[in-house]
Amino acid sequence: MALSSKTALFGRTRALERQIEEFLDSVSEAGLLFLRGLKIYMTDGVSEEFAETVRDVSETESRGDELRRTVEAELYEQTLIPDLRADVLSLLEHMDRITGTFQANCYRFSIEKPDIPEEFKRDFISLGETAVVCTDSLVMAARAFFRNIEAVRDHNHKVLFYEGECDKISTKLKTAIFDSDLPLDRKLHLRYFTERVDAAANEAEDVADELAIFTIKRSL
Amino acid sequence: MEISVPLFLISGLFLGWALGANHLANVFGTAIGTRMITWMTAALTCGVFVVLGAVISGAGPSGTLGKLGAVNAIGGAFMVALAAGIAVFWMTRLGLPVSTTQAIVGAIVGWNVFTASVTDPGTLTHILGAWIAGPVIAAGFAILLLKLVSKVKRHYRPHLLRADAYTRAGLWVAGAFGAYSLGANNIANVMGVFVPVSPFTTLSMGGLFSLSPVEQLFLLGGIAMAVGVLTYSRRVVHTVGSELLDMSPTAAWIVVMAHSLVLLMFSSEGLEHFLASHGLPTLPLVPVSSSEVVVGAVIGIGLYHSGRQIRWRSIGRIAAGWVMSPLISGTICLLGLFVLQNLFHVPVYREISFAITPPVEARMVTAGLPTAPLADLQEKTFSSSVRFRDALRARVNLTGEQEGEVLRLAEINPIHFDPQKVETLSISWLTPAQQKAIQQLSGRRFPSKWAVAEALAGLTEDWKPLPRTTVNKLHNRQIEEGLAIVYQTFAAPTPAQMPNACPCTPELGPRPPGPRG
Repeated sequence: MALSSKTALFGRTRALERQIEEFLDSVSEAGLLFLRGLKIYMTDGVSEEFAETVRDVSETESRGDELRRTVEAELYEQTLIPDLRADVLSLLEHMDRITGTFQANCYRFSIEKPDIPEEFKRDFISLGETAVVCTDSLVMAARAFFRNIEAVRDHNHKVLFYEGECDKISTKLKTAIFDSDLPLDRKLHLRYFTERVDAAANEAEDVADELAIFTIKRSL
Repeated sequence: MEISVPLFLISGLFLGWALGANHLANVFGTAIGTRMITWMTAALTCGVFVVLGAVISGAGPSGTLGKLGAVNAIGGAFMVALAAGIAVFWMTRLGLPVSTTQAIVGAIVGWNVFTASVTDPGTLTHILGAWIAGPVIAAGFAILLLKLVSKVKRHYRPHLLRADAYTRAGLWVAGAFGAYSLGANNIANVMGVFVPVSPFTTLSMGGLFSLSPVEQLFLLGGIAMAVGVLTYSRRVVHTVGSELLDMSPTAAWIVVMAHSLVLLMFSSEGLEHFLASHGLPTLPLVPVSSSEVVVGAVIGIGLYHSGRQIRWRSIGRIAAGWVMSPLISGTICLLGLFVLQNLFHVPVYREISFAITPPVEARMVTAGLPTAPLADLQEKTFSSSVRFRDALRARVNLTGEQEGEVLRLAEINPIHFDPQKVETLSISWLTPAQQKAIQQLSGRRFPSKWAVAEALAGLTEDWKPLPRTTVNKLHNRQIEEGLAIVYQTFAAPTPAQMPNACPCTPELGPRPPGPRG
């Protein structure tokens, strides 16, 4: 009886580990889907394929939300990792916000349909790619926080590097936009979208800073 | 059954309650402090396993009777247990972990002072050694374990949640084991002194199982400890669990493991015997207290992380408590004995006289002890060990060991194997051969303990001590404990207690086996 309850306890732990992994998968997946959507938009605008990608991002975001709530409830109900519970919950919530940013960006392109001149498309895609690599590095840092604490620093370093790259690309892009002959309303619209695509990388940087503190706490 | 016996039992139960209230912190304090195990789960687990440990593996007379061997009247034993209980309770109220053994030892020293008995220097060494050795060894162990656990974690890299589940299970198992050991090892502190005067008879439950009088005593003591755990343990748990240092669950587990390992390696005679009997080198047995070991392990964890997180003020408060507890229990015991003897006219000790009689002198010569300088003492009887020791010191320079031997031989301690008591004697941990030897001495009288020991050793190998080697230590200790029970059970009135007539006929040793007249 006692043995089976202990086995059940370890079984529940394993299930929870899987849910956390799936949640992190969802963050990574949302980034990749956003990038696919961005590339489709740059080629075909708001096409049926783009709409399908937006639906996929939305589903991934919903699944991530559900997983996060389940994990949070389980951590509280089973009073697991009492010393790190608050940190883990904060980490998951902030990671979930990144998924939300990818989803929101897809909706923005879908609703506002920004008219992006050909000469800026390459930079927009490059910005999107770098932001997704940045958030992917954060996902790897978060996985390391759960499994291999020593590796967190390496992945965090990459997050900070790619966030810097994003800043460079977005600054270059915004400069080019405002140096162009486009009317001011279009310049402002394009600047807004540049900042929204860059936002995911900025959020990843904030989470990486937070994760660095959690890691120090965990290693004490 | 004497009416006073159950009354005296209350002090043992009080000590058990105070011990339980104070010692939950040792086995579950860090687990509760890190919120890995709830207080209720810990208290229930501890309560159950303390009772199981006390009844199943109760260490019999070991511990207390060894330490309380000198306390030779139940009134005195009552006050010793009560004084220790009050000291432990007081410390528990202040939220400080305390060594029960040291509180008891302090009370015994109080009894020794009151009765002008010589205090064994080993007793004081025990107290002082535990203050220093316990925390230092435990801190070293905790640091070693921390390094080991870090390496293992780095190698296997368990998921945070998996590591949490393992740590939680480890804390629970270690805590339950610790509670079992607490019951088994400390029941003698609580009830050991009442073993020879147990008011119970064997209890049979429909032929399914039976509880001997000793098991019933231990069950009662175990329940008292469990009640202490459940009713009054929160404050000390808070001190050990979170007031000294903010700890991670892994550190909490390391503290519990360091505690168990240190107790096993540096205070386990069983382990020492095992190593010696397999030709392996033994570790020195150091007097360590489990409360002091736990605090030492917490300090070790803090020092490993640069020591900045340690709250030294709390550590200082605890260390002051360690010094205070034996002093408090000793003082309370001294005052209590005075009140008990002079206000309630309860005998708190049997007066023991010392004299160098011709048989004692002969025995001293055999043992190679000097007798010539003590010739003028042969006609004198001393009413206390302190006076006799002072007389010895004035005449001859003896080593501590020699002085102890002369005191042991010269002690007048009449023992009468009252046939009625021999018939009803039921001590489960004596071997059949040992019990038979006691029956063979039925009706006989002896002037001193050593004469009884030699008489019993002459009747069976089971009473014969082996040469003093490490391998034989455990065997000899068991014989000494058995003899302590025999002395206490068959103690006859001393000449001082019977001023008009001396009922004993001094004998040199055992009579040859044969029909007794």
